[in-house]
Amino acid sequence: MKYHSSQPMKTLPVKSLVVAAILALTGSARADITVKGSDTLVILAQKWAEVYMGKHAGAKIQVTGGGTGTGFAALQNQTTDLCDASRKIKAKEIEACIKAFGKRPTEYKVAIDGLSVFVSADNPLKEISVPQLESIFTGKIRNWKEVGGPDAPITVYSRENSSGTYEFFKEHVLQGKDFAASAQTMPGTAAVLQAVAKDKHGIGYGGAAYGAGAKHLAVKADESSPAIEPTEENVVGQKYPIWRYLFIYVNPALDKGEVATYLKWIRSDEGQRIVKDVGYFPLPTLLREK
Amino acid sequence: MPQRHTTGKRSHGWMGIQRGHRARPLEWLAEKFIFAVSLSTILVVLLIFLFVAREAAPLLFGRMNSAAVQEVIPVGEFDKLSPAQLQQYLGLTPSELAAMDRATLQSLMEVKVEALNEIPAAFRGDPDAHLNTTQWRYLLGPHQWTDYAKPEFIWQPVGQIKKYNIIPLLVGSLKTTLVGLLFAVPLAVGAAIYVSQLARPRVREVVKPTIEMLSGIPSVVVGFFALLVMATVLQSLFGYQTRLNAFVAGIALGFAVIPVVFSIAEDALTSVPQAYTQAALALGSSRWQAAWQIVLPAALPGVFAATVLGFGRAIGETMIVLMVCSASVMSWNIFDSARSITTTIAAEMAEAVSGGPHYRILFLLGAMLFAVTFVLNLIGDVVMHRLKLRLEGKR
Repeated sequence: MKYHSSQPMKTLPVKSLVVAAILALTGSARADITVKGSDTLVILAQKWAEVYMGKHAGAKIQVTGGGTGTGFAALQNQTTDLCDASRKIKAKEIEACIKAFGKRPTEYKVAIDGLSVFVSADNPLKEISVPQLESIFTGKIRNWKEVGGPDAPITVYSRENSSGTYEFFKEHVLQGKDFAASAQTMPGTAAVLQAVAKDKHGIGYGGAAYGAGAKHLAVKADESSPAIEPTEENVVGQKYPIWRYLFIYVNPALDKGEVATYLKWIRSDEGQRIVKDVGYFPLPTLLREK
Repeated sequence: MPQRHTTGKRSHGWMGIQRGHRARPLEWLAEKFIFAVSLSTILVVLLIFLFVAREAAPLLFGRMNSAAVQEVIPVGEFDKLSPAQLQQYLGLTPSELAAMDRATLQSLMEVKVEALNEIPAAFRGDPDAHLNTTQWRYLLGPHQWTDYAKPEFIWQPVGQIKKYNIIPLLVGSLKTTLVGLLFAVPLAVGAAIYVSQLARPRVREVVKPTIEMLSGIPSVVVGFFALLVMATVLQSLFGYQTRLNAFVAGIALGFAVIPVVFSIAEDALTSVPQAYTQAALALGSSRWQAAWQIVLPAALPGVFAATVLGFGRAIGETMIVLMVCSASVMSWNIFDSARSITTTIAAEMAEAVSGGPHYRILFLLGAMLFAVTFVLNLIGDVVMHRLKLRLEGKR
C-alpha cells in the first residue's frame, strides 16, 4: 500500500477547480504553454509544470482542468497548446480538429493509471474477478453472497458519465454493457471512496486512492487467474487487469520549440519520477524518451 | 390645448421640456437610461433562450444521427465522389469544403473509417448499433435494447450504443420536486399564516427575517449538509435501503423552497385588507377562525401562486439534487434514487462532444426547463397581480 500515501485524493474535482482558479488568478498574462483538459490529470500536470518551471527559468506553463472533452474543445479552438486526456481521442473529435486546423492531433502517452475496486473495510471479501465485476455493475448480481461475501444486497457506486474513468470502466470491465440504472453516480474518486466507507454493502471503483473505512480488492482477470494487487510493479508490468494510459494531445503545428521540449521532458525518466509522487504509475522504460 | 395630467401616465415630453414647470433634461436622460437598462434585461433573457433553442434545433428537426454503425465510404473511392456528395458525407459547409485540400479531405474520410473500426466486433452486429437513437420515439418511448428483458426507458448517453431516453430524467425532476413541495408548502404556508395573522408584532419581527434568511444559504451548502448529515439521519429514521435517494433530495430542496413560498404567501395574506379580519372579529369569530376561514380563502390565489413559484424554484435547483442523488432510475418510488434534468446538464455538459447528439440533447433539456420555469413564473405573477387588484376592489 506504499503508493497510496503520496496523494490521497487526486481526482477530487473541487480541489482541481481551486488549483485551476488560483492558476487563473496568479498566472501571468501570457503563458508560453497552456495546458487544459482532464480533471484526473490536473494535479499531475500542475506538478509537472511546477518542477519544469523551477528548472527552466523563463518557461511559463499554465494548467487548467475542466474535463477531457473541454480540453479537446479548446484544442480545436486553438485556445490551448496541450490537451490532457484520461481517454483516447474519439473519431468525432479528430474530425473536429481536422476541420479546425487541417491535421489530426499528435498523441503522447504520459502515464499509466490502475483502477482500484473499493469496498467497505467491514466487508470480508478479499478478491474479485473481472467477470464478477461486470455482473455486479450491470446489476445481474445483486447480493454479496453470490461472489462469496455475506448475505446482503450490493449498493453500486459509479462515477458521473462525463468522467473518463466511467467510460474506461464501461468499455473494459462491463464490455460496453450499460451500468445498472440503480448505480449511484458520484462526482469524483474521493466521493466514491467516502460513500463506500459509509456504506457497509457498497462497492465502487476509481483511480488509486486511499481513504479510511474503505479498502481495495485484489482483482482476477477471470475465475482461473491469480488475484493481483494494484501495486506499481503489477500495474506497470500489466499483470493487474484494470489499467489505462493517460494522454497528452497536441496540435502538430505547435509541437516544436518549448512545447516539444516540455513534452519530451514529461516523458523522460525525470518527468516520470513525478508521476509516482502524485499516485499514478510511470510509463514502462520502453515508452519513455531518452 | 392645455396639457392634462392623469394619475396613470404623465407626459414628460422631449428632454422634459413640456413638463409644465422647468426643463429637466438630466432627469429625463436618467429615466431613459434606466428604461434602456431594464429593456436590456428582457433582451438578454430572450437571447439566452434563442441560443439554447438554436443549439437544440438540429435535434428538433431530426438532423442528428447517433447510430454507432454508419455507412462508410472507403478512402480509395475519393475520386468517385462529386463535391456535393463529399460535402454531405463529411458534413461540411460549402466554404469549409472549398478551403480544404485533398489530403485534409482524405484524412477526414479516414477518420470515418476509423470511427467504424473503433467499435468492438460484438457491437457491429447488434441491431441497436444501427438505430438513430436521437429520434423522438427513442427519446420519449421505451425500447427493448439488446441484453434487456423488456422495453425500458434508459438514459446512458456515453458508451457504444447511446441511449438518450429523457423520461427517467423528467421523472427524477418531478419526483424530487414533488417531495420538496409536499414538505415545504404546508410548513411555509403555515408559517405565513402565523406570521401575518396570529403572531404578536415582536415575534413577527424575529420569525419573518429568520425564515427569509434561509434563502441566503448557498444551495451547495444545503446539498453538502444533506449528503453528509440528513442522508444518514433520515435513513436511520425510515430504514430504507438506498442511502442517497429522491426523498433526501426532496427534503433538502424543501429548504430552498420554503423561503420562496413563505415570502409570497405572507405577502398575499398581508395584502388582504384589515377590514376583513376586523369584520369577522366584530361578528364574534376568534382570531384563528378569522385567519383560517376569512383571510386564507381570500388570499388563496396568492398561496397558489406561491406554490407555483416554489415549484419553479425546486425544478430549476441544481446543486442540492446533484450532490444528493444522481442515478437515472426509472421509478416513481421516492426511496429510490433519481437524476434530475438540472443534474444531468450540470454533470455532463463539460464532457459532451461539442455539436454532437449528446450536447444537443442537453440543450434540448435546458430549453425545456427554461420553458417550464418561464411559464410557471408567468402564471405565478399573473395570479398574484389579479389577486392584488381584486383585494383592492379594482375588479
